[in-house]
Amino acid sequence: MDILDILLSANFWAASIRIATPLIFGVLGALICERSGVLNLGIEGIFTAGAMAGWMAVWLGLDLWPALLVVLVVGALFGLLHAVLTVPFGLSQHVSGIGITLLATSLSYFIYRTALPNVSTPPRIEPFRPLDIPVLSDLPFLGTALFSHTALTYLAIALVGVVAWILYRTPLGLAIRAVGDNPDSVDAQGLSVHALRTGAVMAGSALMAMGGAFLTMSAFDAFFFGMVNGRGWICIALTVFASWRPGKALLGALLFGAFDAFQVRLQTQVGAFLPSQVFLMLPYLLAIAALVVVARKADYPRALLVPWFKGSR
Amino acid sequence: MIVVEPRATLSRPLAALAPVLAGIAAMLLAAIPIAFAGANPIAAYGYMVSGAFGSMFAFSETLTRTTPLILTGLAAAVAFRARLWNIGGEGQLYAGALAAVAIGTGAIDAPSWVMIPLVLLAGAVAGALFFLGPAVLKLKFGADEVVTTLLLNFVMLLFVQMMLEGPLKDPMSLGWPQSAAITDAAALPALIPRMRVHAGLVVGLVAVLAVWLMMKRTVWGMEIRAVGENAPAARYAGIPVTATVLRVALLSGALAGLAGVGEVAGLKGYLTSDLSPGFGYSGIVVAMLAGLSPLGVVAAALFIASVFVGADSMSRGLGVASYIADLVVALSLLSVLVGGFFTRFRLRLARRTPAGAEG
Repeated sequence: MDILDILLSANFWAASIRIATPLIFGVLGALICERSGVLNLGIEGIFTAGAMAGWMAVWLGLDLWPALLVVLVVGALFGLLHAVLTVPFGLSQHVSGIGITLLATSLSYFIYRTALPNVSTPPRIEPFRPLDIPVLSDLPFLGTALFSHTALTYLAIALVGVVAWILYRTPLGLAIRAVGDNPDSVDAQGLSVHALRTGAVMAGSALMAMGGAFLTMSAFDAFFFGMVNGRGWICIALTVFASWRPGKALLGALLFGAFDAFQVRLQTQVGAFLPSQVFLMLPYLLAIAALVVVARKADYPRALLVPWFKGSR
Repeated sequence: MIVVEPRATLSRPLAALAPVLAGIAAMLLAAIPIAFAGANPIAAYGYMVSGAFGSMFAFSETLTRTTPLILTGLAAAVAFRARLWNIGGEGQLYAGALAAVAIGTGAIDAPSWVMIPLVLLAGAVAGALFFLGPAVLKLKFGADEVVTTLLLNFVMLLFVQMMLEGPLKDPMSLGWPQSAAITDAAALPALIPRMRVHAGLVVGLVAVLAVWLMMKRTVWGMEIRAVGENAPAARYAGIPVTATVLRVALLSGALAGLAGVGEVAGLKGYLTSDLSPGFGYSGIVVAMLAGLSPLGVVAAALFIASVFVGADSMSRGLGVASYIADLVVALSLLSVLVGGFFTRFRLRLARRTPAGAEG
């Protein structure tokens, strides 16, 4: 049976994990922001900025890892802007986020166009190569499915553990979770609500930028207009689906990646009967469905979207 | 140290000036990327002004661009008033355009005075229905409409592409995915001979007046404002919150749908999948610049349109990438947000209380 063939192919599982990688970065980033009480709709633009910055840093001659550092800084700076507007100024997180997305996207496109005014084929860079892990990469099936990925994929999965450890096992994580649930309690402890939220939004935005950078530095080797294509918004939906937990975020991203990889393969098999756009719509519809299913019982961070000012409780 | 303190009363002059200052701030900030691109900002602004307003033709182009922005801006303003975050103007615009093409390319043969209202109605209904879904999902399941409307924009664009390669494809287009042409009877007439500005502008202005009157003078308008200010209190006061939200959703979607009709039946004459360069998203900026006021939407739309048209001419004249227009639009949104902050709060330089001074 065709569908079984798909599920039994190692390439399918490798593709699932590859598609999930930017989403893992994105959902982790969104989760950190939202856990501190700040919705970051700048994600779509920060993905674009991360993709552009990473690609351009390498194109200008930087090595891959230093280029990633540039990506982190770019993401954190957009995060800082969003944090300044929404934390001390307490402005609408929705509108500010959309503004950050418009700014980061248009700035990325503008810089790209200014650097390369007349190119029709986007210049390529030498991207991250799949790691050749001794023994493991040579295993049948699993070698292709699990051990044929680039360093960024393993980094994303490792970060799931790191973020979970910070959130649940460290005083910092406790403070971040508290500031998103009950900022007054954090203030009463003598901690700065604004500093914690600003830091969380910057860190989360840096991770979002990594998600974008994966696209140009690992999945592809060039930057295209519109390449992020709603991945950021999908991450926002998946964050609710994951009920703001890193482990569930990994699971959600992998399920989503598997679904996406599946629809691409299904398309090649039954594509003759249905227009390709039907398949391309499925990921977006799945993200909406995931949101609708969990929305009612979602345990939103209680202070999400609520600005906090000292002395006005 | 600097202390943020709320103003006792909203500063009215600042509230009125904030959007103007925000526009100026955005233009000034844009000088940095313009200079980065190697152009002289003063010359660039010169190109922009003459490109947008320098001749009758230029002004007609600016008004042509203003037309969809009035409607998508109004769509966002009405929804935001009720705290319904409709970020799906782009998708609703395409829904409207699709409906206009579905019935306006020869499916129905009738005189203009039947066809034009019919095409407008079809577009409005399509846009309204396309936003009804997210509104119902919000009311029934608590699904955040920001995320659902954003995602549906992508779905609608794919649906349009599917239709243009399938049932709505023009057989004469030689493989190019575009619809058949709108018939003469269904086309919105030009307002000035040999210029592109079309009757869609009148539709937009009438919509502005209608929404303004509704918000100011009717029970529905009062209910919308009450729901936006405090939904639980409105519910307690006996206002039908659910019905109000649904009404706003239908109205907002319909307005965005009309923008799509105008672009297809007034400007392009046929539908392609690149009909809108993000009018739905720019509409959000228009609404915010307008302070969500229906009348303000006209001025804000004119400003944003002139930025786009002016930037095109600057781009041709100085070789600055035309993405500069999107950059100015984004900067305007962030600036007006900050401006809104200063109408409600002031920064005061406060002396640090010396340690031990109290007690």
